[in-house]
Amino acid sequence: MRLNELVDLLALEHLTPAVSLDRPVTGGYCGDLLSDVLASARPDEVWITIQRHINTVAVAKVTGIAAIIVCKGIRPNDDVIHKAEEDGIALLSARESAFEVAGRVHRLLFPEGR
Amino acid sequence: MQEQAGLPPEMSDRLVYRVTAGDVESGGNVSAAVKSELKIRGLPEKIARRAGIVVFEGEMNLILYANEGGTVQVDVLPNAVDIRIEDNGPGIEDVEQALTPGYSTAPEWALELGFGAGMGLVNMRNQCDRFEIQSRPGEGTWIHCVIERGRDAAE
Repeated sequence: MRLNELVDLLALEHLTPAVSLDRPVTGGYCGDLLSDVLASARPDEVWITIQRHINTVAVAKVTGIAAIIVCKGIRPNDDVIHKAEEDGIALLSARESAFEVAGRVHRLLFPEGR
Repeated sequence: MQEQAGLPPEMSDRLVYRVTAGDVESGGNVSAAVKSELKIRGLPEKIARRAGIVVFEGEMNLILYANEGGTVQVDVLPNAVDIRIEDNGPGIEDVEQALTPGYSTAPEWALELGFGAGMGLVNMRNQCDRFEIQSRPGEGTWIHCVIERGRDAAE
């Protein structure tokens, strides 16, 4: 699936319009501990989290993930959004909890289960 | 504690970064820069990613724990990426314990930001083909990671 399709289907808010969403998404990883995400998130996955501080952008860049989905309506501040745009990291905001978002992403990406 | 790569200057492509203690806002900047520099030099994504993870954990340790910060030095060698991270203290009392997954001395505020999972040194070791750590309380910590280029270059 393409990231822009996922964003439309989940009605996510795109906080970094300067960053293209035209890229593949192959899976997701859920976590709020940065070292855990570094160890386990794979390139082209979406990172589902409630973390919103500036260091998350570097974690995303280093791991090569497709986008950060910040849950529960939490919004990163302007510095974080600006840094993400500079680094080409898509920041997305979801109203739902991480559990809800992960369930929906999983259903869309793996409709047959996995 | 400084140790040179032992190569003549024309064969050694060295990146050196200074990391400031306590500068959490800049955390990750060095790792992102290293990853970009390696990709500019034509190294594959996988190698650049592994080096980025090692440097992220290393620079965060300098920011969160080192008295005066420290340095990150990356040598891009023909067959490997050689990463050295060092500081001037406080040093680690028990290195074995620090290498135990889940063990952390991070302060509460760092935990709230998602640091201090007790996985940093373990992550570094897991991303490297060779990992060495030496530390002396009161003197400092010295970490050496080597990521071989051959294995991925052949893919």
